[in-house]
Amino acid sequence: MAASTDTLERESKLQGLGSSRLRKEDARFIRGRGTYVDDIKLPGMLFGAMVRSPYAHARIKSIDKSKALAVPGVVAVLTADDLKPVKLHWMPTLGGDVQAVLADKKVCFQMQEVAMVIAGDRYSAADGAELVEVDYEELPAIVDPHKSMTPDAPIIREDIADKDNVGHGPRTHPNHIFTWEAGDKAGVDATFAGAEVTVREEILNPRVHPCPLETCGCVASFDKPTGQLTVYLTSQAPHLVRTVVAMLSGIPESKIRIVGGDIGGGFGNKVPVYPGYVVAIVASIVTGVPIKWIESRIDNISTTGFARDYHGVGELAADKDGRIKALRFTALADHGAFNSHVSATKLPAGLFSICTGSYAIPKAYARVDAVYTNKAPGGVAYRCSLRVTEAVYLIERMIDVLAQKLGLDKAEIRRRNFVKAEQFPYTTALGWTLDSGNYHGALDKVLKAVDYDGLRKEQAEKRARGELMGIGISTFTEIVGAGPTKVCDILGIGLFDSCDIRVNPTGSAIARLGTMSQGQGHATTYAQIIATELGLSSDEIQIEEGDTDKAPYGAGTWGSRSTPVGGAAAAMAARKIRAKAQKIAAHLLEVGEGDLEWEVDRFKVKGNPSQAKTMKDIAMAAHTSNLPDGMEKGLDATEYYDPPNMTFPFGAYVCVVDIDRHTGEPKVRRFYALDDCGTRINPMIIEGQIHGGLTEAFAVAFGQAIPFDENGNHLGNSLMDYFLPTAVETPHWETDHTVTPSPHHPIGAKGVAESPHVGGIPCFSNAVVDAFAHLGVTHMDMPHTSYRVWQQCKALGLNER
Amino acid sequence: MIPREFEYHAPKSVQDALGLLAQLGDEAKLLAGGHSLLPMMKMRFAQPGHLIDLGRIAELKGIREENGTIRVGAMTTENELIWSKLLQDKCPLLVEGARLISDPQVRYKGTIGGDISHGDPGNDHPALMLALGASFVLRSAAGERVVPADGFFVGTYDTLMKPDEIMTEIRIPVPAPGTGYCYAKLKRKVGDFATAAAAVTLRIRGGAVQDVAIALTNVGPTPLKARAAEDSLRGKPLSDASIVAAAGLAMNICDPAADQRGDAEYKTAMAGEMTQRALHTARERAGR
Repeated sequence: MAASTDTLERESKLQGLGSSRLRKEDARFIRGRGTYVDDIKLPGMLFGAMVRSPYAHARIKSIDKSKALAVPGVVAVLTADDLKPVKLHWMPTLGGDVQAVLADKKVCFQMQEVAMVIAGDRYSAADGAELVEVDYEELPAIVDPHKSMTPDAPIIREDIADKDNVGHGPRTHPNHIFTWEAGDKAGVDATFAGAEVTVREEILNPRVHPCPLETCGCVASFDKPTGQLTVYLTSQAPHLVRTVVAMLSGIPESKIRIVGGDIGGGFGNKVPVYPGYVVAIVASIVTGVPIKWIESRIDNISTTGFARDYHGVGELAADKDGRIKALRFTALADHGAFNSHVSATKLPAGLFSICTGSYAIPKAYARVDAVYTNKAPGGVAYRCSLRVTEAVYLIERMIDVLAQKLGLDKAEIRRRNFVKAEQFPYTTALGWTLDSGNYHGALDKVLKAVDYDGLRKEQAEKRARGELMGIGISTFTEIVGAGPTKVCDILGIGLFDSCDIRVNPTGSAIARLGTMSQGQGHATTYAQIIATELGLSSDEIQIEEGDTDKAPYGAGTWGSRSTPVGGAAAAMAARKIRAKAQKIAAHLLEVGEGDLEWEVDRFKVKGNPSQAKTMKDIAMAAHTSNLPDGMEKGLDATEYYDPPNMTFPFGAYVCVVDIDRHTGEPKVRRFYALDDCGTRINPMIIEGQIHGGLTEAFAVAFGQAIPFDENGNHLGNSLMDYFLPTAVETPHWETDHTVTPSPHHPIGAKGVAESPHVGGIPCFSNAVVDAFAHLGVTHMDMPHTSYRVWQQCKALGLNER
Repeated sequence: MIPREFEYHAPKSVQDALGLLAQLGDEAKLLAGGHSLLPMMKMRFAQPGHLIDLGRIAELKGIREENGTIRVGAMTTENELIWSKLLQDKCPLLVEGARLISDPQVRYKGTIGGDISHGDPGNDHPALMLALGASFVLRSAAGERVVPADGFFVGTYDTLMKPDEIMTEIRIPVPAPGTGYCYAKLKRKVGDFATAAAAVTLRIRGGAVQDVAIALTNVGPTPLKARAAEDSLRGKPLSDASIVAAAGLAMNICDPAADQRGDAEYKTAMAGEMTQRALHTARERAGR
């Protein structure tokens, strides 16, 4: 008993796996001591201000810099012509396309980058930018992607008009980017033809933007004497950026250092390389002084890293009991004017093929057609890269549509179609092997917690009184942790990740990883993983990321990949150290390695527990001469982890919404979220991730959209219109969990940050539609603003008193 | 999001401010709380050469009652209105309205005088002032005049205030005891302007409407006084049916501009809905 109490006490002191230790980052954040890119101030630094196009589609006839250059403090005005000699007026994108760094002869979206004014301070830079005179000839714009491939559509990309391929297969129209398909089309068509029931619905995921609190920006500093380029950057993927900058500039990668400091949110907005970065780098190389460029909020929403704009069509075929026999999902993807959509090379439509969801669907076919429009490029952003949100939204909406058609309960239809716990690992019709899950268990737990039957009874009573109450269910399966390098690469670089751990003589450690925290709390949670593996206190384990001169190469943090890939690398590197430590312990204790067993923080001799060496003892010994013959000094290890599979977090959510039929206001009364992310590293941080993800899901479902007029002009690109919910609007979140560890991850963890966003959005929509379901409504597109919901009420005559 | 260069002036008295205004003429703009003007300057929609900050003029602040009139200094902040015991007791409509303006941060800086004199139909005080029968004290080098709220608002960003004038005070007749009131505002989120809002004051005596004022926010180029709706209610008992009818009359005068909050039809409908809700609440609150 005594030993066991002692063990527990030692274990709890480590604050390792499963501990809700407080976030180590917060001490500086709550004191206002974070260092964001705009906090970087270097001697002699100049400022860049972007001149942007007022038109969505126009030819540039001429650019007159003279008035701008006359502004006191203005040093230079750079245009495409100035970048041409260094061949940097265009750049390759992460989507296989090219993008204009500064508009070359024409602009293809409103607020496109046309010139950068470099000046001694922000004020004169802004004054100069206002005075750059650009003579435009306006062209007709394409805003609706359904009009992109009509025979008479204006050609958006004249630079590639004659190319029959832009990286992802044959093109059929100058505004066509690619067509991607997966699954058994003929088999699916045949099943549909003979099905007892089929349903079809057009479902839009509107163009939205993740709107991180910190906008994008950089400070580029080129040192002429050494040829060293340092770029301070708010980036989710600093190592990939370094590679891209090396490819673009011709500067050896070893002479480029990307430094990501604190990052005020990313959500996918901060993966790409933006024109502003490239121009700032060129300007620094030319002037020899540091150049800072920081976006305004309007710039950020208008031009960088949007999300979605997926115009889907969902179809399901089923038997009369609601058992799904086949799925056919297609989408028209609006990629904007350049395909700078970040995606793995072999997956141009990302992970859209996860669209079979949590269900055992025997046959499936998916197709995505991507087209150019006169809108900003970028993406794919927003707390679920790679089109998982779009895929999950489609299946979670469509299964509701099917339930309505058959008059089945929306929980029951899910139970009938779930992959059963005993079927895992389960390979879907579109080829993903779901590694683990317990979908029935999760849903049942949630339905019981919210008294689902009671809610349906209340709803029936309210409907009888003419009131609108909706109950939404979402039972989603996520796919995260990109990813196995045989499937996933960007620019040819596999999406592995890395961890380098160095244990100091006194038993503290520093670990550096190729990922990049943007608020996820990596400094807290990675230390917990290592603490448990090494038996060292997490408080003495320092985590560093983001400085490419220090950290090992990795693909960064996006797509919930940090825990599945970076966290796995941390555990594996720690295990290498522990294996070496075991050899040292055996040497010190003069026993064989096999005579030792690990217990919390020490190796002890089996059957003689008083004979033991703690990891701290071993750390010191590793720096002495008292080591086994031929063993290297030190206690360090590096792991480059290539995951064998993706991970598949899942969850069951229920939302209850009341709708005011006179104003259209939807009010979320209750939201219950059960998440299963496998092994839980830090429950408090998971809770925070769920709250954040649900809040962003709420924002998307109920308010966010980037609207345009027919000429491609933005109609709402500031926070006046763009909906960022505050504590006042945000509902109360109830959270719950089950734990189904990933069988292939070293510690069984699956990643969690995106689940609440992916699973939350359809849950909200399902609740809103459910409020009208008894009146025959099968679908309503987001955002469910009061105005739009009121229009639905009015169409049904419900708004009248 | 960076304004043009400008000169900043911070006079300590209205006299000094008027002097600067006379001297600088069209080049100058008065700065109150700054929550309308500064964003416009950052977007470069407004490019004044000089800003005359009224924030350090003590005589423009404060709330007091004199002979049945509440006098509010034009530079009194929204937050000061909200926490005023005098207003809570005697003019709760102003407190209710101020609480619905923008967000807490803005309410610490934004001022009642700035909100009114900006002439933005989306601002909330103009309709509140119409419902309360307020008047405004405007001072220039030539002297002082008092202008009623009704008629003050001429068009979008256009009022009876002249370029050489400073609004110094808002005067509100103390509402009779038992006056029912409500400001019903529909907005998309904290910090937003109204999709539509209605300000109501209501006196009921002997079971009939003795007096009523209804004013609407953000459904026309100016705040709108719903006179026909008021007339339809005066002298008669207030019923659910008469409230619906009055709301219909209020909707008739709406001429809102479509934006992301909704189209003209929705905003007009919401003006009617807010009018109904404000009348219902005012009826509950009114003494009999």
